[in-house]
Amino acid sequence: MKRAIPILAIVTAVLLSFALYEALIGAPTERTMGDVQRIFYYHVPSAWTAFLLFLINFVASIVYLIRRNPKADILALVSAEVGVVFCTVVLVTGPIWARPVWGIWWAPGDIRLTTTLVLWLIYVSYLILRRYSTSGQTPVIAAVLAVFGALDVPLVYFSIWFFRTQHPSPVIGGGGSLDPRMAHVLLINWLAFLCLAFLVGWTRYQLEVVQREVEEAQALESLLEGSR
Amino acid sequence: MSYLYAAFIATWVIHGTYLAILVRKYSKIRREMERLKK
Repeated sequence: MKRAIPILAIVTAVLLSFALYEALIGAPTERTMGDVQRIFYYHVPSAWTAFLLFLINFVASIVYLIRRNPKADILALVSAEVGVVFCTVVLVTGPIWARPVWGIWWAPGDIRLTTTLVLWLIYVSYLILRRYSTSGQTPVIAAVLAVFGALDVPLVYFSIWFFRTQHPSPVIGGGGSLDPRMAHVLLINWLAFLCLAFLVGWTRYQLEVVQREVEEAQALESLLEGSR
Repeated sequence: MSYLYAAFIATWVIHGTYLAILVRKYSKIRREMERLKK
């Protein structure tokens, strides 16, 4: 795996550059919104990547609650952390896109926007809990929070199917039509973001493993100093 | 166009900030590992 990481890093960099070129230049210009619609190629793939990472967090949390496997706990932590990064991108690019199109930065009370913000707050709370709680039960409490927090993911996704909202209908699978060239650029950008998420997530996973080993060594050191 | 560039720049600032946090974390762990080895 160590040899595969530099190769994946190069592939990710090339893919991200190509995806950026396609998003800014290659994709056709949308007739109604013009060039600002190109934000779509970063906004939507970031949302899909965040959903996928929160799903991984959900599964890993359940596995941890059943088997108490530390690897599942680390995977849950890492997927939540990287998921929050992608969800932040969604919450920042959304209003930047909304301002020129809707005339407002944020539509207060809009179900899609509100549930997305709540989702972000849930996972930020999860990370704060993991960072500052000193209880030995922290991984269990965090896993329970993650299981309940994940319930918001389908709510965010399906909110635009069942409620009237300022947010547009889903472009894929929601009755909307998308130019095949736009769909192609969208999928290239999603693939690039998935590679980035995997690369960053894997690096963060290794970092967490080493950090826990260091913390164990520090605890052992304190114990030895105490017994002298 | 300024909104478009603002969104793309904001995206990379967010990812860059997270990567910088990871690099800082890595340096901290590395320093601690070296101290423990002594």
